[in-house]
Amino acid sequence: MKLIKTLVAAAAALLAAAPALADITIGVTLPMTGPASGLGIPMQNQFKLWPATIAGEKVNLIVLDDATDPTKGVQNARRFVTEDKVDIIIGSAATPVAIPIADVAAEAGTVQLAASPIGLPPGKDAWTFRLPQSNDVMAHAMVGLMKKQGVKTIGFLGYTDAYGEQWLKAITTEAEKNGIKVVATERFARSDTSVTAQALKLSAANPDAMLIVASGSGAAMPHKAIVERGYKGKIYQTHAAATRDLMRVGGKDVEGSFVVSGPAVVGELLPDAHPSKKVAMDFVAKYEKAYGAGSRNQFAGHAYDALIVMEKVVPVALKKAKPGTKEFRAALKDAIEGMGRTVFAHGIMNWTKDDHWGYTPETGVMLKVVNADWALAN
Amino acid sequence: MDFSIASILTLDGVTNGAVYALLALATVLVFAVTRVIYIPQGEYVAFGALTLAMLQQGKVPGTVWFLLAMTVAAAIAEVVHGVRHHQAANRIAKTVLGTSAYPVAVAALVWWAAPQNFPLLVQAGLTLALVTPFGGLIYRLAYQSLADASVLVLLIVSVGVHFALTGLGLFFFGAEGFRNPSFWDERFTVGPLTLNGQTLIIFMASVAMIIGLWLFFERSLYGKALRATAINRLGARLMGISTDGAGRATFTVAAFIGALSGLLIGPTTTIFYDSGFLIGLKGFVAAVFAGLSSYPQALLGALCVGLLESFGSFWASAFKEVIVFSSIVPVLLWRSLRDPHGEEH
Repeated sequence: MKLIKTLVAAAAALLAAAPALADITIGVTLPMTGPASGLGIPMQNQFKLWPATIAGEKVNLIVLDDATDPTKGVQNARRFVTEDKVDIIIGSAATPVAIPIADVAAEAGTVQLAASPIGLPPGKDAWTFRLPQSNDVMAHAMVGLMKKQGVKTIGFLGYTDAYGEQWLKAITTEAEKNGIKVVATERFARSDTSVTAQALKLSAANPDAMLIVASGSGAAMPHKAIVERGYKGKIYQTHAAATRDLMRVGGKDVEGSFVVSGPAVVGELLPDAHPSKKVAMDFVAKYEKAYGAGSRNQFAGHAYDALIVMEKVVPVALKKAKPGTKEFRAALKDAIEGMGRTVFAHGIMNWTKDDHWGYTPETGVMLKVVNADWALAN
Repeated sequence: MDFSIASILTLDGVTNGAVYALLALATVLVFAVTRVIYIPQGEYVAFGALTLAMLQQGKVPGTVWFLLAMTVAAAIAEVVHGVRHHQAANRIAKTVLGTSAYPVAVAALVWWAAPQNFPLLVQAGLTLALVTPFGGLIYRLAYQSLADASVLVLLIVSVGVHFALTGLGLFFFGAEGFRNPSFWDERFTVGPLTLNGQTLIIFMASVAMIIGLWLFFERSLYGKALRATAINRLGARLMGISTDGAGRATFTVAAFIGALSGLLIGPTTTIFYDSGFLIGLKGFVAAVFAGLSSYPQALLGALCVGLLESFGSFWASAFKEVIVFSSIVPVLLWRSLRDPHGEEH
């Protein structure tokens, strides 16, 4: 008898808790510690600036740390779908963590907004949408500028991880289309104490341009090594290096190098006609008001864009179902696939049923380092 | 590959090797005296480099708060230990004062000196003074009460200390990397080689450190006491040498060497809060070359690791780490075939 009473009480308690499920629950998993913490922490900062409600519904934001560890990331994602019954998963900002989360998302029928450009086999990304630009889109902008400058050969110096690998693939395909050849390929790791050997070999190949694939302050070390070896050609950097850390660490050696970036962090440089200009400037103004001048960061921009997505798709999905249900999650997916051309701080997004990358090719902006500051390159 | 490329690679390898040599010496030293396989040795490299970077920016380095936090923890440990052993209050107070006086004083000094923008060399000195006491405190907190445990237990503790220090490093320094200014910007051209001042400083500091260590262990009474502890703990104790004191001194020397390596390597690469681990691990590989026992062999091993690394990255940069760390397998095989001995428990 007592057992039944307890059970009834438990059931009542569960029922009483049920109305909380009507709130929109968002599970966020970010690398706030570990090697990718430089990406996760600014995103978390931006999530702190999110409003308390979206489309009149209360938002429960559950932010967990995945420590740049794929196992931890999957654990977080499983917790989101089984215990918290989230309506949408955002994260992770680290590519190796975001990839296995896609499986959990697909299994549970919950949309994942990945904050890293993850490559997945066809069909595996049914529930996954990427917030960052694909490397292909960025390579498109970069090769466009290379062609304009008459570059014929490229030397490649990149991380020995997924980011380096994806860029190598992207730049090789894009360059070949434009009659440019990748003549030398060398690798290094972020923690290396020296890349002298790689720089030597690349300088010996003497390409017209050098592409360095690295992130944040890690991008300066290989750059300096190449300059030190007396290389005189153009040096290109990827969007993961488009932070002020490049100038802070690289100093005068990075002067005159070309960096591809999303529009989010360079709002004031964009021509007035650029569609993202207004949104990008709004993002920067709000973020720097909260975290100080110069604190802007492209990953914080992805968190900002995630809010744009939510504000656009939640009202549509609310018409079909109640938050916390399977139907609502499916409605969210449909709404995202049908949301059409949307202006992000990071460019123009157009997710469709067949394209879960979505950025239009003119999203990438080429920047040049001039007097330790960004300028538009053309 | 021609002569000029080979010479540039050799120079690069030997430069890195010199830093690995310092770390390998510290690893061998710690193992010899305390039987601790000291994985977190590399952490001091990052602490040293990042502390100097923060001082350069005129900020109070996170190490100050880190050191104070550890001092408080160590003081609590002393009090608990004292109360448990029913020591007199004034004796406990004396031990606590002994443990905490230097760290608190140096933390206060750095806190005062940080915004003053002292010249680089003064800041380097402050960095060494600040990072060195970490060694003794870590020994007090993590190892002292386990000093008689098996090598395996001590190794597991080391792994734990490594993770704790990396995590706390992220908390106190942040995720971004820093590169320090060169101590000496001069450049010299010798044939195809360009030597820069920093490379020379690395060589000179390494050689000076090695000679200094040799003199310390051969000539000073305290060094001889440490060696005695290394050879026979019980015997040393019977001769009135405090094994706890020896352990603490060893860890302090190791921390000093680590911080010095950080200062040396800081201007040549970008250092992150977690960069130290891999650098320390290469020092560890070099120490394994020496069977964790011989200093000259550790030096030789470190130069081999440096050269292997630089030539490896020239021929197959994608497999560089694989080459360096796989080289440990044949060395271990050769070592265990040459002098086989039973498992130590």
